[in-house]
Amino acid sequence: MKFTKRAVALVGAVIMLAPLVACGSSSSSSDSGSATTSIVVWSWDSTVPRTVAGFEKANPNIKVKVTNAGTNKDEYTALNNAMSAGKGAPDIAQIEYYALPEYVIRDNLQNLSSLGASSYKSFYTPGTWSSVNINGGVYALPIDSGPMALFYNKEVFDKAGVTQVPTTWDEFYEAAKKIRATGSYITSDTGDAGFFDSMTWQAGATPFATSKDGKTVTIGLTTDSGVKKWTAFWQKMINEDLIDTKTPGWSDDWNKGLNDGSIASLLTGAWMPYNLLSGAPDGSGKWRVAQMPTWEAGGTENSENGGSSLAIIKSSDDAKVKAAYKFLDYVAHSATGIKTRVDAGAFPADNDTLKSSDFLDATSLTDSNGKANEYFGGQEYNKVLAKAATDVITGYKFLPFEVYARGIFADDAGAAYTDKSITLSQGIAAWQKNLTKYAESQGYTVK
Amino acid sequence: MSEMNREATTSMPMTNGRAATNTTARRSTTNRRARARQTAHDERLERRRAGKSGFSNPANPRRSMMLTLICGLFVAYCLFPFVYLLVNATKTQADFTSTFGLGFGHGFALWDNLQTVFTYQDGIFGRWLVNTLLYVVVGAGGATLLAIMGGYALAKFRFPGRNAVFVVVIGAISVPGIALAVPQFLLFAKLGLTNTPWAMIIPSLISPFGLYLMWIFSDQAVPTELLEAARVDGAGEFRTFWQVSLPLLAPGIVTTSLFTIVATWNNYFLPLIMLKDSSWYPLTIGLNQWKDQASTAGGQAIQNLVITGSLVTIIPLVIAFLLLQRYWQSGLAAGAVKE
Repeated sequence: MKFTKRAVALVGAVIMLAPLVACGSSSSSSDSGSATTSIVVWSWDSTVPRTVAGFEKANPNIKVKVTNAGTNKDEYTALNNAMSAGKGAPDIAQIEYYALPEYVIRDNLQNLSSLGASSYKSFYTPGTWSSVNINGGVYALPIDSGPMALFYNKEVFDKAGVTQVPTTWDEFYEAAKKIRATGSYITSDTGDAGFFDSMTWQAGATPFATSKDGKTVTIGLTTDSGVKKWTAFWQKMINEDLIDTKTPGWSDDWNKGLNDGSIASLLTGAWMPYNLLSGAPDGSGKWRVAQMPTWEAGGTENSENGGSSLAIIKSSDDAKVKAAYKFLDYVAHSATGIKTRVDAGAFPADNDTLKSSDFLDATSLTDSNGKANEYFGGQEYNKVLAKAATDVITGYKFLPFEVYARGIFADDAGAAYTDKSITLSQGIAAWQKNLTKYAESQGYTVK
Repeated sequence: MSEMNREATTSMPMTNGRAATNTTARRSTTNRRARARQTAHDERLERRRAGKSGFSNPANPRRSMMLTLICGLFVAYCLFPFVYLLVNATKTQADFTSTFGLGFGHGFALWDNLQTVFTYQDGIFGRWLVNTLLYVVVGAGGATLLAIMGGYALAKFRFPGRNAVFVVVIGAISVPGIALAVPQFLLFAKLGLTNTPWAMIIPSLISPFGLYLMWIFSDQAVPTELLEAARVDGAGEFRTFWQVSLPLLAPGIVTTSLFTIVATWNNYFLPLIMLKDSSWYPLTIGLNQWKDQASTAGGQAIQNLVITGSLVTIIPLVIAFLLLQRYWQSGLAAGAVKE
């Protein structure tokens, strides 16, 4: 190897120039032309980028860049980092309903009431509207929803002799025993805080509350009757080995279990169909959807699981906020924007779509090759899910630090599922204790 | 020594005339076979002698069933993830969820998977690959260059504060890069550099371990007399460095660059907090994003693409190791024996 001065200079120059060139291309696109406003959207939902083309066509002076900054918790961490650094936060961020209160209380989000969103109440389902309505303001627009439903593998149910879909939790328990006898589990749970929230919500629980000024938090897990009701029931299921407590949700093994029938049903949000289609392809034609079992015969109470909204990050740049709101309105409120996303698999949060015959009459999902797949055996599954959306109990509140709370749930209560060394109510009590401690360390008064 | 020994013992049967009775046509092969048999026999005897005397010939070590078995286990353990990747990269998503993890699926979809990996989401995987290459070439390349120059200067020049630098470098090695990532993020955010490739490149330019390695290596590999001779001949310090010292440092350079390349190629935490624009992601973050897609509402599970993408991601590293292995070995062994 021979090195001459010229070669050195050349190598040095190339090393220093390469990133410059690379940077140049990114900065030029962000502020090209004085009349255009460009906005950045953080969203992991794959259907959001599909709306950009239609929006930019209708609003040629606004450029939208949608970027996937991480899925749920990863994005929140990034958002918190950018906010504490004071730079790098997007104009719009996808935020799940459960995480919304903490951003509102920290005053990170733009109140959309004055921009025109206050009149949208009748447009959205009661559950989603109550989730974005915090302390009298509207801080985000719902983009999808997750009313709970019972997704079940009819073939496994039939084989076990469960010919009637369980409509109450007592029937669910009896069905679980029959299904366990065939070797399968009726469902799985290894200690998922989101699931815990949804299930206690459906049992009528309201363990959390935050005062209007955001200074006082109520944490009432150990005294709430709804929490007690559900905990006792689930403990019975765990004790009698009726649910799979070994297979974590969303793992490859879990998908395998759904695929081969060893996990026979799911209690989850209405957005599940497309996840089933790609995660458990062999279940095609075997699965069905039904309403959640209820605590009293003939009851209709329901709750939500998951679901997200788009929120505008607070900014002093009025032009950006206005442009961001235009995009938000297009994605979450305009018929064309919503249709684009629903066609791609999103479960809608607005009443118009939930009532439209196009949506309700669907009997097949569209797979990744564009082919129709009668995954639910020709059932008009959206009719069931749309009904589920109208039955959601409003008024359930999340903690103002729900992201943290869910993160430690498994540390406190996980042992009740995995090695059964503690009971579920002991786990919940430990969670209550740690949440109280954390709330106090964050400066809240805990009631 | 051992080669000569073996030659001497194996040549004995030929001299006693047994081989001479064969016809010339068959002679060479028979000879070879006989010689191989004889060699094996002698080696066996040598090993037996070594077992008694306690001295063994390094070129003809004693065999141990136990050690072979343990080594075999380790090989299997190390290759296991790789085999898993290779096997599962040939499956479709449907086969991935329905068939045994270490067995092949119903079809062979490797080519389809590869094609989809590079076309999915408008071919963003290719962009991530290019990004990773950029970070490696500029970041790891720059880190290596800085380590060479710094290490060489510390080893070959005497200047005040040299010991202080030594203490700082040793201290810096003991601080894990992850611990510095968050302060770095806040610093870069203030400078307005997050979300640009600089946020990935500048921290990658620093490699205390590489500097230390090059320091030690320069100390051993470049004789001070040679530098004095070059100076006497009128070469400037730069010319001495590039033309005299650098060729001598080649094995060390390869070692250092392998370390920095692997560190940059696999870097996960730094880009995770620095970059939020998917068009600047390196492969590590991009693949994680694909993996997470399956657990989002209505998201399509693309585990087959994640697996195939991971395979594509490690192949350049495997190639780099295989090609540079020769230099690397001589680099690590340098200075072990006084020549």
